[in-house]
Amino acid sequence: METHKIEIPVMADLFARGEKPEYLFWVGCAGAFDDRYKKVARAFAKILTHLNISFAVLGKEESCTGDPARRAGNEMLYQMQALQNIEILKLYEVRKIITICPHCYNIFKNEYPDLGGHYEVTHYVQFLEPFIRDGRLKSGKSMQETRITYHDPCYLGRANNIYREPRSILKSISGNLVEMKRSKSFALCCGAGGAQMFKEAEKGNKEVFLERTEDALETGAEIIATACPFCMTMMTDGLKYKNKEEEIRNYDIAELIAMDMDL
Amino acid sequence: MIKQIIFAALLLLTLGVFAFTVNRILSFFRLTRRTFPVRELGKRFSVMLDVAFGQTKIFRRPVIGFLHALVFWGFCVILIGSIEMVIDGLGGSERALSVLGIVYKIISASGDIFALLVAISIVVFMSRRLFFHIRRFEGVEMKPSTHVDANIALTMILLLMLSLLGMNTFYYERQMMTGELIRGTFPVSGLIAPLFSSLSPATLNTLHEICWWTHILLIFVFANMLPYSKHFHVFMSVPNVFLSRLDPLGKLPKMDNITREVKLMLNPETAYAAPASDIPVERFGVKDVEDVSWKNYFDSLSCTQCGRCTSVCPANITGKLLSPRKVIMDVRARMKEKGPGMVKSGRDFTDNKSLLRDYISEEELWACTTCNACAMECPININHPTLIVDMRRYLVMEEASAPGEIKTVFNNIENNGAPWQFSPEDRLLWAKDLEIKVK
Repeated sequence: METHKIEIPVMADLFARGEKPEYLFWVGCAGAFDDRYKKVARAFAKILTHLNISFAVLGKEESCTGDPARRAGNEMLYQMQALQNIEILKLYEVRKIITICPHCYNIFKNEYPDLGGHYEVTHYVQFLEPFIRDGRLKSGKSMQETRITYHDPCYLGRANNIYREPRSILKSISGNLVEMKRSKSFALCCGAGGAQMFKEAEKGNKEVFLERTEDALETGAEIIATACPFCMTMMTDGLKYKNKEEEIRNYDIAELIAMDMDL
Repeated sequence: MIKQIIFAALLLLTLGVFAFTVNRILSFFRLTRRTFPVRELGKRFSVMLDVAFGQTKIFRRPVIGFLHALVFWGFCVILIGSIEMVIDGLGGSERALSVLGIVYKIISASGDIFALLVAISIVVFMSRRLFFHIRRFEGVEMKPSTHVDANIALTMILLLMLSLLGMNTFYYERQMMTGELIRGTFPVSGLIAPLFSSLSPATLNTLHEICWWTHILLIFVFANMLPYSKHFHVFMSVPNVFLSRLDPLGKLPKMDNITREVKLMLNPETAYAAPASDIPVERFGVKDVEDVSWKNYFDSLSCTQCGRCTSVCPANITGKLLSPRKVIMDVRARMKEKGPGMVKSGRDFTDNKSLLRDYISEEELWACTTCNACAMECPININHPTLIVDMRRYLVMEEASAPGEIKTVFNNIENNGAPWQFSPEDRLLWAKDLEIKVK
């Protein structure tokens, strides 16, 4: 099969040519730097290209939204990041943002407006779900029998009430989507939010990510689907701890779509 | 007439003590900080109907939630009966609201049925506390006195229901015997009444009086005990739901005093334009109880220590110190300790203690993942994570205190715009050699 090289459009280049994309694809620090999550950024970029979406990324001009700083109590650093990002977004007249990270999504959607940054923000599961529903993104039916369970990221679920879209996408990919005992608004956190991702956990009798991985293992699923870079790190670690990383795989929903469609 | 005078005196005494308590609590509220304005009344009413009167969040635990809902709805109906008793007590009347006709029949019938349902639920609640080890009733913050508090309140409610049923039963049987009109409908008491058919009308009347007085006096005492008990939620929970934070759970409140500082830093020219003198110097974040918002304090008074928050907290489940319930209880306890001193000697009053460290440790605060499971679970919309973050704000911005790895994250974000130490120049490496299959 032939392949075709994709050049990811960068906002500054497009502007230099007098072009203005419809969407800003906010890659996020994990998408840009975390080796595992880079694959998710690549999968989503492929899907956007496949759908002929007019989009661009900020590239070198992207900077942390300030989420980990804010949730760790550093409001000063958060607001500095936010105000600088808002300036950049103003420069490129950005109106619509798609994020792959739920934390970036939450902060753009709920917190930047307080500082004067108003955008139409969608998380990629919200963005892609209508394409799947109306058939513009068609399942390759390669995973119809695969047992998949979905771990709700806190910042999509409880924080923003996004429960339906990820499930709707996964149901189009597999006829065997199973729920964990704690799911949707009852879902247990992976343990990484609130800047926990970057530090050792406090003393306790168990790691949160193990508790959650056990929920996932109980379902007997072959694939644990997530839609958040932090959740992915935690669940992948959990599978390693349990020596299950050979049998059970942890994928982001964007990767599952790209794999299923063989992009 | 003597009965009316005694009743009026006792009612006055009850209201007097209650007014004293309210005044004390209000003086504590004056020490707290401002937070979101109470707007969008329509939305607030709908949240109140849904979460408070509909009991929707308590139903997240369907079985025990249903029993609580019965108690709540029962209280709502029985409250009308209590108002009637006050009218009767002052006016010397009997069942004054019976002028409402069919409506009264409905009220009295549902009150009578609910009295039994509430009593049964209370017995279940008490046995859960006394005979079963329910994990969420345990924890460091659950001291023997907290359990005594709970059991006293439950006992009083049980006595209230039994005296109400007794009142209805003896009323019913007395009227039956004397052939007088029975005002109201009593599906439950009407069934119990024949058991007392051997008693004389005079004895029945005395028993009715005893139950009537027991019931109303229990209400008077209970009402004045509640504000000092965890069962204050009987009064506070509905208003607390009405005053809910309406923002999405994921949203943290913005700190305006920080915005001023950051704007000065990013644009120093404005430094001379903004007169700073009219802005009160306020501590960043929460160190002690005078830094919490009125809503945090309201939450703490409304909390009934059910522990649903703590039972879903990922940190607590995995054995860490953090318990969201404890954080809320600590606010109330600290206000009780420090509030009177501040009311007396002003906000500068100090007892060389603080909410942070003396009550809530740094270890507890840093264990929170801000997953919002606690806030999602709370049946009366208490918000714990915003308070936890506010305390982290104090630690980080006033004391520059944070776990080492977190400080590294701050440095990285400041220097290279990412929590990890990567150069912004490398932000596009993920997109290298990206190919898509052509079909």
